[in-house]
Amino acid sequence: MNRFDYLRAATLDEAIAALSADPGAKVIAGGTNLVDLMKYDVAKPSRVVDITRLPLDAIEERADGGLRLGALATNADTAYDPRVKARYPLLASAILAGASGQLRNAATTGGNLLQRTRCYYFYDPGVACNKREPGSGCPAIGGVNRIHAVLGASEQCIAVHPSDMCVAMAALDARINVEGPQGPRVIAFEDFHRLPGDSPHIDTTLQPGEVITSVDLPPDDFGPHYTYLKLRDRLSYAFALVSVAAALKIERGCIAEVRLALGGLAHKPWRDRHGEASLVGKIPDRASFQAAADQILAGAVGQGHNDFKIDLARRAIVRALAQAAAGTPQSQSVKRVN
Amino acid sequence: MMTADLHPAAVPVAITINGRAYELRVDPWVTLLDLLREQLGLTGSKKGCDHGQCGACTVLIDDKRINSCLVLAVTKHGSAVTTIEGVGAPGDLHPLQQAFVEHDAFQCGYCTPGQICSALGLIAEGQAKTRDEVRELMSGNLCRCGAYTNITDAIVDVMERAAAACGREDAA
Repeated sequence: MNRFDYLRAATLDEAIAALSADPGAKVIAGGTNLVDLMKYDVAKPSRVVDITRLPLDAIEERADGGLRLGALATNADTAYDPRVKARYPLLASAILAGASGQLRNAATTGGNLLQRTRCYYFYDPGVACNKREPGSGCPAIGGVNRIHAVLGASEQCIAVHPSDMCVAMAALDARINVEGPQGPRVIAFEDFHRLPGDSPHIDTTLQPGEVITSVDLPPDDFGPHYTYLKLRDRLSYAFALVSVAAALKIERGCIAEVRLALGGLAHKPWRDRHGEASLVGKIPDRASFQAAADQILAGAVGQGHNDFKIDLARRAIVRALAQAAAGTPQSQSVKRVN
Repeated sequence: MMTADLHPAAVPVAITINGRAYELRVDPWVTLLDLLREQLGLTGSKKGCDHGQCGACTVLIDDKRINSCLVLAVTKHGSAVTTIEGVGAPGDLHPLQQAFVEHDAFQCGYCTPGQICSALGLIAEGQAKTRDEVRELMSGNLCRCGAYTNITDAIVDVMERAAAACGREDAA
């Protein structure tokens, strides 16, 4: 781990000023990702700004009927919050599909949004990586790429976003509140994470000096028609190869609204509005799910070792939509497939 | 702690560990695990992977189970930490420690302090009702002996005894 200066920020303004004054400064909250990256010498902050004293851990009702999740609310606090469990079971389910009890007790909403890829080339400072060292190359392309992206990748980077929480938040059309040198602003969830393009070292649209303060969940009620299906190499405590957050509104036997977000396939939680729209008005049956899955994955490109993800994703979408339609969401503790 | 070894960046940290209050100066890059083991001589918490993947370093921070290897100690100023040294004592084992003995859940013992701290956290969280849920919520603790079945037995045993005791109180 490199040596760094440390600031225990007493106010949000103090944190913003410290981050604005030093481009090498990084925020720390739960630390579950940053400390790990520092141990691998992937992250080498000149200064660490500790925001854990700031009053940003509340989970609050909003006037519009939605919920506001403070940036410092832990993943466990969020997943086990009775309001989240009752009104956003998709989010609770996704969070509980990720990491471990210990990590969820430390990891925060804001930190999860800023979690970096688990690409093993990114994690190894001994090799090139365009995300870590812009312009150095991408050994995952043509290398060992079983865990890598099949959607939205570029010739510069094929890393995937690792979060489960973010996949559910993408499906729920969450909004991210940030505060920075220019004041507060709101970022639509879909606009927060970036595709790699030719600047894969920039993960998000967060601007220098900005701090995430909270995430707003809109009041949409998908009732029982949701599921978070996560497929991985072992039943627990592993990153997704493919995950699907699905939520449906079904009226008079037909699909009235669809939310579908995919994890493990792209540089960000993947939404396909055309694929979602193709299901509206349809009977929620296997044929319509299959057609939507085919459409969503039509542009998928494998890198060799990860070719299997394309068919796995197709099947996962169909299964997730069937689970959502039937009101039989995936249990995150009993994972047997019937 | 030898202050002569400290970097000028060392930060004051007031922290309570196993009920004892410490006033320390700690380098910002020191993890809670390293503070416990290297500076305070509390070697019960184990360094396994040092990357939050094995759970051997699990301690309770403000009553929540957390991987101490991924925590910068300076961020826990004002917190109360419980390590395995603060759980039970020889001749006066915590019921969970006793259950680990009875169910042969210790095996080599390296992961055990983390397993016990994690299980204490799990029981306090109150989310696990079934054996499957115990297994899922203990998945952050790896055991290379493969004693998972016995560990789960020990935890379920303690949970059931606690539930039975509650039932007796309710009945009374």
